[in-house]
Amino acid sequence: MAKRFLAAGVAGLLAFSASAQQPVPPGSPLADRPPSEEAAKLAPISPPPLPTAADKLPAAKLHLPPGFAIEVYASGMANARSLRDGAKGTVFVGSRLVDKVYAITAGDHKVKVIASGLHRPNGVAFHDGTLYIAELSQISKIDDIEDHLDDPPKPTVIYDDLPKDEAHGWKFISVGPDNRLYIPVGQPGNNVARDPLHAQIRRINLDGSGAEVVAIGVRNTVGFDWSPVSHELYFTDNGRDWMSEDVPEDKLNRVTKLGEDFGVPYCYQGNISDPEFGWGHSCSDFTPPVALMGAHTATLGMRFYTGSMFPPQYKNAIFVARHGSWNRTQKLGGDVVVVKLNKDGTVKSVEPFLTGFIENNEYLGRPVDVQPLKDGSLLVSDDWNGAVYRITYKGKAK
Amino acid sequence: MKLWFAALFVLALAGMAAAAPEKAAPCLGCHGEAGESQTELIPSLGAQQPAYVLIQLYMFREKMRTSDIMNEMAKGLTDDDLHSLSDFIATLPKPSPPAGEGDPARMEAARALVEKNHCNSCHNADFSGRDNIPRLADQREDYLAKTLREYKSNKRAGYDGTMAEVLQPVTDQQIGELAYYLARVR
Repeated sequence: MAKRFLAAGVAGLLAFSASAQQPVPPGSPLADRPPSEEAAKLAPISPPPLPTAADKLPAAKLHLPPGFAIEVYASGMANARSLRDGAKGTVFVGSRLVDKVYAITAGDHKVKVIASGLHRPNGVAFHDGTLYIAELSQISKIDDIEDHLDDPPKPTVIYDDLPKDEAHGWKFISVGPDNRLYIPVGQPGNNVARDPLHAQIRRINLDGSGAEVVAIGVRNTVGFDWSPVSHELYFTDNGRDWMSEDVPEDKLNRVTKLGEDFGVPYCYQGNISDPEFGWGHSCSDFTPPVALMGAHTATLGMRFYTGSMFPPQYKNAIFVARHGSWNRTQKLGGDVVVVKLNKDGTVKSVEPFLTGFIENNEYLGRPVDVQPLKDGSLLVSDDWNGAVYRITYKGKAK
Repeated sequence: MKLWFAALFVLALAGMAAAAPEKAAPCLGCHGEAGESQTELIPSLGAQQPAYVLIQLYMFREKMRTSDIMNEMAKGLTDDDLHSLSDFIATLPKPSPPAGEGDPARMEAARALVEKNHCNSCHNADFSGRDNIPRLADQREDYLAKTLREYKSNKRAGYDGTMAEVLQPVTDQQIGELAYYLARVR
């Protein structure tokens, strides 16, 4: 630490004497800055591959509406990402920057690594006793997983007809009301041309057969769920980087017909024609979002809430995890919001729910996914710290 | 007088920080004693960002980044080893830049390419890197070119997908120019 201060002091002195003498000479690194020095300060933020110790987690700094409480459910899972609850109380947790899928056991909340050596196993789904794992370019399964948490067999691949792009290649996965697996294929870059293999949500049968495109013009969705009322698919989508500080916003979309087009890369946030790819297209050619979720907020995991622990106004509302921005000077997101819907499935409001992950414009944690449990409590994953929190409702605070 | 004393004390501390952990000895054999690799395709480690080094050592240990030698070297390392090795490597001196300053026309063309692709945004204007984003300055040209090609082809997955993403519009010829520039820029 002392050394770092010393280095900063020396650098400061040098900079001072240089600027006092003459303008920056040609070829100096200082002449090479991009047009905006402020923009040059922004870079994607990655957490360390080792999880935060349980006693260092920020749970005590987090805020909820009155009557709600939050506690640490489990910790020690490096890069904990997507969540899924099993039939017998196990909670499954995917990861993106490490190679593991974790199980949190029912009752004592012990963490077990049930699969490793996987490539970006971000997505986990559960159906009829089987765990489905979405890696970057393949979908696999483990049958009867909850009876084999101590001796899990290797996952069996059921589908691998997927591009291998690293950019936006990590996947959310979920089983729809039609008993099919829904999997996204993101755009292989920040803002790139559309091709027939990317920018879509597909569905496949539980054995990997019958692939079919459900939605196109999707840049990078890392969360979706079906309305318990209309059974329509709602999904989050991340807007592009580097357009500006305040646009485009991330989106919440609703699919009302098979193969619907959500506009990327021609149109962002439903009403901004892309400066590069938008020519020759009109935003009105595409399905607009049902809600805007904030610029660069990295709106990720979402679930409809059908439990009975929370007050009635949360019934059938959507909890949405916003991972938090990097491509913005003042960090935005890094929270869980609640999206309340009208009877016709349109959005009534987007309200803060779990906040406090940003302190002095730095992340204390970053929410990735939410998962209601059978008792009506709500889990939230935090990949910055490798932890899962549980939110309960205790009644009106005094 | 007091100030002088304090400065001397701080300098002494800085010198002590460079004491090598025992497990670092084999690293220096290939990567160079003084932070500078003399061997084709093996990167210089001097002044590398500790958060980046920790991630790479973790990935070698977990075989998420493949290299027969590095996977073997990192196999038995504990989490504490990862921390002490990455902190130590960050204290190695900066590698020295290559002797020539490069062809001015080539350097100027590559500089525009660097700005267009925001390299100098995340990696800093002087390419010293920050946190999980590595130092590129004074790195070996052959290693830079190899790494950029591996990111673009998805052969090297990286910790996150950022490098694969930003390299999509960059051609193979441009990768050669980027490596030429980054190895020589002052």
